[in-house]
Amino acid sequence: MRRKLKEIVVISGKGGTGKTSVTASFAVLGGNNVVLADCDVDAADMHLLMQPEIQQSEAFFSGAIAKIDPDLCTGCGLCAEVCRFDAIFPKDDKYVIDPLNCEGCGYGPRVCPEAAIDMLDANVGDWYRSTTRLGTHLVHAKLGIGADNSGKLVTKVKEEAKQLAFAEEKPILLIDGPPGVGCPVVAALAGADYVVIVIEPTVSGIHDLKRVQELIGKFRIRSGCIINKFDINLDVTNEIKDFIQEAGIDHISDLPYDVNFTKAMTEGKTIVEYAPQGTGQYLSKSWTKINQLIQLERG
Amino acid sequence: MNIVIASGKGGTGKTTLATNLASYLAQNHQVVLSDLDVEEPNSALFINGQETQQTDKFKMIPKWNGECTGCGICQDVCAYNAILQLGTNIILHAQLCHSCYACSELCPIDALPMEPVQMGVMSEIKTPVMEFIESKLNVGEEQAVPLIKETTDFIQEQYPDPVIKIYDAPPGTSCPVIEAVKTADYVILITEPTPFGLHDMSLMAGVVRDMDKPFGVVINRYGVGNDDVLDYCSKEKIDVIAKIPNERKIAETYSRGELLFEKFPAVKAALRDIEHHLFSLDPGAVS
Repeated sequence: MRRKLKEIVVISGKGGTGKTSVTASFAVLGGNNVVLADCDVDAADMHLLMQPEIQQSEAFFSGAIAKIDPDLCTGCGLCAEVCRFDAIFPKDDKYVIDPLNCEGCGYGPRVCPEAAIDMLDANVGDWYRSTTRLGTHLVHAKLGIGADNSGKLVTKVKEEAKQLAFAEEKPILLIDGPPGVGCPVVAALAGADYVVIVIEPTVSGIHDLKRVQELIGKFRIRSGCIINKFDINLDVTNEIKDFIQEAGIDHISDLPYDVNFTKAMTEGKTIVEYAPQGTGQYLSKSWTKINQLIQLERG
Repeated sequence: MNIVIASGKGGTGKTTLATNLASYLAQNHQVVLSDLDVEEPNSALFINGQETQQTDKFKMIPKWNGECTGCGICQDVCAYNAILQLGTNIILHAQLCHSCYACSELCPIDALPMEPVQMGVMSEIKTPVMEFIESKLNVGEEQAVPLIKETTDFIQEQYPDPVIKIYDAPPGTSCPVIEAVKTADYVILITEPTPFGLHDMSLMAGVVRDMDKPFGVVINRYGVGNDDVLDYCSKEKIDVIAKIPNERKIAETYSRGELLFEKFPAVKAALRDIEHHLFSLDPGAVS
């Protein structure tokens, strides 16, 4: 009988707390059981640690962008008049579109008397199915510069990774989530079995943790917390521990301040490979604990 | 002078640099600091001040007045699926609306007038040395760009040059950061000397170049990692304006929400380097 696929999402409330380093370590520890998805599409960094070989690459389209045909444009300016996003401006007696400003609303083409404006599907990025340096599966993406709709690209990456996990009969889908508490995070969290929150004991860290908790509380997903650099501020670390206990968030582990994190990353490695006896062992224990928790939770 | 501090992603020290640079420059200049990371504004945690004013910020959303001929134009023109027409009933999903006005202005019987809806709050905070403007998006509100624009417009109007305006940009390389960078006379990219730092900074450098804005790089946590960021900047002819050293004590001080430059001479020296660089570009900005 095929086991149910477990989805684990790692998030952090904001960037730079060590989320990708932690996720990559779990991917190494989970090995061949894991399909890894890098859903931090806005600043995708997982590839720097996993050195994937791209097997398949596809363009991703979402929304539209207006384009004016200069041969048809008479320069009447009606389109610029109705545009609320300052995306259309005059140039050499005609009008042109600034793609960075165009929201794809389609109002301009509707009022153009010459039908000179086309709405073109917007290529907002590319997504890839790859094999990591460990020989495992990674699905990742690159969001185009200035592109919107990263939530939709997150959903795409996640769906592709999920299908791959089913096809290959892998038990675990591990997701490196996007930062923040906006639409991309919501897309990454949908359907998750367990959320791992990586947080630092700083005044902004606890502030971000509270916003994350507000969000995952709505989803009713079981979650656990890893406090990174716990020893740079023990007062805030204790404050975090009190907060998560009250909020019903599992305390998974505390990781010490350790420059080996950066050294490992600089060599394109994870901390569990670079310092398996040092800080790496805390992550091994964390991974074991999370595996136990998701088994307990769903049987 | 408008200085936007951006980084391509979070956690590289944007807020640290924005709050410290603003406080440092405020010793000798008139300074306004603004947090444009409206989804997660954190600058306020490092700034002690008194709120002098709080203003609700609005976006324009169509509101159905109850009349409908069932023509279907409004639903048809909406590119964001924010309008649903059922018979002669109209259902609006305000969260999806981008305020393009198409439905409102193309409705043949003017049944969808645009009305303001609150999307967030802007706070004006006065500290002993400077003004601080923070905007915060309501939780669940999806469009950061309109609030960022409202905030930068307000500051441009309220504080004309020679006031030095420092903006803490949102992370990433998508629409919100582009909106923030539009205002810039100069962009400071803050990064770390690591592969992650280099990767994200090089993406952001591409954005800023596309937008034709002058920019330079500040390296945070200098001393860890490797020299790839320096090599990249030298190859790409990007100014490295300053380096802030990596020190555990700095991380500890930051964790308590304290400013760094008064405690760490190396941080102060880095801020002085940035100051000299900025004023060498635009001597007229000195007030």
